[in-house]
Amino acid sequence: MKSLALTLRRHPEWMVAAVLVVAVLTIGLINPVFWQPANIFSLLRASVITGILALAVLLVMLSGGIDVSFPAFAIAAMYLTVKAMIAWGFDGVLLPFAMATAIGIGLGLVNAVFVHHLRMIPLIVTLGTGTAVRGFILGVVGTSQINIDQMPPLLIDFARQDLFTVTQGDGSAAGLSAMVLVYAVIALGVHLMLRHTMMGRSIYALGGGEEAARRVGFNTRRTTFFIYGLAGALAGFAGLLHGAMIWTANPRDMVGLELDVIAAVVLGGASIFGGRGSVIGTMLGVLTLVVITNSLIILGVDTTWQRVVVGLIVIAATAVTAWRDRKRIA
Amino acid sequence: MTAPLIELRHIGKSFAAVRALDDVSLSIGRGEIHCLAGENGSGKSTLIKVISGIWQPDQGEILMDGQKMEGLTPRSAIAHGVQVIYQDFSLFPNLSVAENLALSSELHEGRKLVSWRRVRQIAAEAIAKLGVDLDLDALVETLPTAGKQLVAIARALMSDPHLLIMDEPTTALTGREVEALFRVVRDIQGRGIAVLFVSHKMREMLEISERLTVIRSGRVVAAGPISEFDEARITRAMTGQEIAAEGYRWTGDPRGKPLLEVAALSIPGQLENIALRIMPGEIVGVSGLLGSGRTELALALFGMKPGYEGRVRIDGREVRLDSVQEAIGHGIAYVPEDRLTEGLFLTQTIDRNMLVTSHDRLSRGGIMQGGRAAREAAEMIREMAIATPTGDRPVTQLSGGNQQRVVIGRWLLNDPRLLILNGPTVGVDVGSKAGIHRKIRELAQSRGLGVLMISDDLPELMDNCNRILVLHRGRLVSDTPAAETNEAKLSELLGALA
Repeated sequence: MKSLALTLRRHPEWMVAAVLVVAVLTIGLINPVFWQPANIFSLLRASVITGILALAVLLVMLSGGIDVSFPAFAIAAMYLTVKAMIAWGFDGVLLPFAMATAIGIGLGLVNAVFVHHLRMIPLIVTLGTGTAVRGFILGVVGTSQINIDQMPPLLIDFARQDLFTVTQGDGSAAGLSAMVLVYAVIALGVHLMLRHTMMGRSIYALGGGEEAARRVGFNTRRTTFFIYGLAGALAGFAGLLHGAMIWTANPRDMVGLELDVIAAVVLGGASIFGGRGSVIGTMLGVLTLVVITNSLIILGVDTTWQRVVVGLIVIAATAVTAWRDRKRIA
Repeated sequence: MTAPLIELRHIGKSFAAVRALDDVSLSIGRGEIHCLAGENGSGKSTLIKVISGIWQPDQGEILMDGQKMEGLTPRSAIAHGVQVIYQDFSLFPNLSVAENLALSSELHEGRKLVSWRRVRQIAAEAIAKLGVDLDLDALVETLPTAGKQLVAIARALMSDPHLLIMDEPTTALTGREVEALFRVVRDIQGRGIAVLFVSHKMREMLEISERLTVIRSGRVVAAGPISEFDEARITRAMTGQEIAAEGYRWTGDPRGKPLLEVAALSIPGQLENIALRIMPGEIVGVSGLLGSGRTELALALFGMKPGYEGRVRIDGREVRLDSVQEAIGHGIAYVPEDRLTEGLFLTQTIDRNMLVTSHDRLSRGGIMQGGRAAREAAEMIREMAIATPTGDRPVTQLSGGNQQRVVIGRWLLNDPRLLILNGPTVGVDVGSKAGIHRKIRELAQSRGLGVLMISDDLPELMDNCNRILVLHRGRLVSDTPAAETNEAKLSELLGALA
């Protein structure tokens, strides 16, 4: 037991990897449709948005905080950007993504100000900013959903690209969305940042002990602003990508998504007490969550059970990490 | 004569109305092991923070290598070779030993990128310098306390300091680990590095240091080469009390009915065959090293070790103490060592903290009788002389000593028979400490309360207990009337056990 706890503490990725393998094998055994390329590709595609948002949550969680404002920030960035594009008659890809990312950074920095300068608890701060931003979008910017007929075509074309297409047994074609590559590149970037830059290590240090980090000489203010700024940037980017991938900009979208994303991050081995977690683990956690919840359909389970499953995953994953970290809390 | 490494001249520092340091002068020579002694709250930590540049003194000057330092900051103190190892070590539990060692030097070199090969190399050098063996890949949180301390020392030595300040380094160490630490400290000294060893433990100071400075209430009360000191003189200097200070005399009838009788109490791996009795009005001290089983004994009596073996009698009646409720029901009260996390509800008011164990007694049909509760709380605040205008203030606003009075007062509201105090004055300032002691003695005398006082602080036990027990590895190794022993004998006994 002891060595298992030790291994888990050093490499929590193994735990979620094992869960993923068991889930995939079980589901595949019950319904072989699971193994069809179309299904696999659709699962990968479905993990893109949750995955990018999970990276944002991972950053905050590593530093010892928690973020529930990111779905609101994502939607705000997406809706404002699409609205602006329509209003100015602009169509394109790079500039709109830059704008959505910038909106996300701005909102994220607001979180950082509250967390660092007013020493407020991140959960409360992000609950407040998230709710306020959602209200602002609906009250000031608009409540109407922007559908495919109004969505900027270039944006949609961008998100529609496939990396490659395969022909399945029944003759139908299945393509792997190129957005998976976008997700992979972002994840690699965050991984390199966390693992190989002093900024990344300062995030872990902050999560290990704020006072200790300050005594060693880290600029905790800069680190906090970096964390929330980057988390906001990822949320803003993911928001617009989400709109482009589903061809709609709905200001009421992504409600309740925070729980799924936090579930995925915790499942990936990140500690809710900070200082522990990795990009690999988070990506595996996201994939596991997406596989399990999306496979309920092909398993013939009513989709309303999805929420039950998500809730149970949060509890189970937190229980495992709490067991792993119990020494530290005691 | 060369200038001392560091010299403090007439340092004064106040916080609001409290004079933390008053005209403190101190000098440390190169490669000297200097001991800074004082009780909790004497100003030791303030002095460390002044030397390490965290706080600026209000008066006086600091000289390093004979050169006057103006506006010393943590950064400039480090640049002048001052390194502090705090009691909590300031390590990152979630990171590996290697990274803990390398982080600060990487940071101070202004690196932006991390090369893991360089991190390991730096760490391996640091460990080799200290001449110890540590697994570089282990997460720091998995190390025992002594291991964490070695990491902290290795990290401090990396910057080639001239002065290493160690704040209460032996607090959580076992006897053997203390010996190992002393070897490391002497080795450090051998390289010409001065060590300022901050402590309140007599035996250690006498063993390791060359010179000693004792401070009390912010003033230097004694200083000189260690050869001029013995335990009695250090104690006198630290406490400001003559050794002759009247001990506690129990005047009850030794043939009366014992309040508590414990026979053959055992908990596998924790306690072995403990037998003891406490008469009404007795204050019985419990001493022992960390891990001796003294806290386990307290917990067992408070119903937190269900399933213990052995018999417990209270007022002659045999009882089982298998839950906290049962223990409280039999009139046992326990004030834990760590009152901040175990004893107090920090966000709540003084009144609520005080009344928290009296809810059953003060409610009728499940409803609290507000008036009666408020009256009792107010009375207890007066009786315990808690320094607050009203009981609706948050308990966090009180000083450590007053917080401790709240915890004790809470139990007194329930009219306990036996009060178990674990480290009753840890973190309490000197003045308050005497007040709490007086109160405890008064309660024992006037109410016939039995008190079991667990403490590391031998003078505290000598002054307040009529009988002192020593536990070691779960066994009761000595039970002596306080009048027949003294601090030197006790600390010798404890030293021999270590």
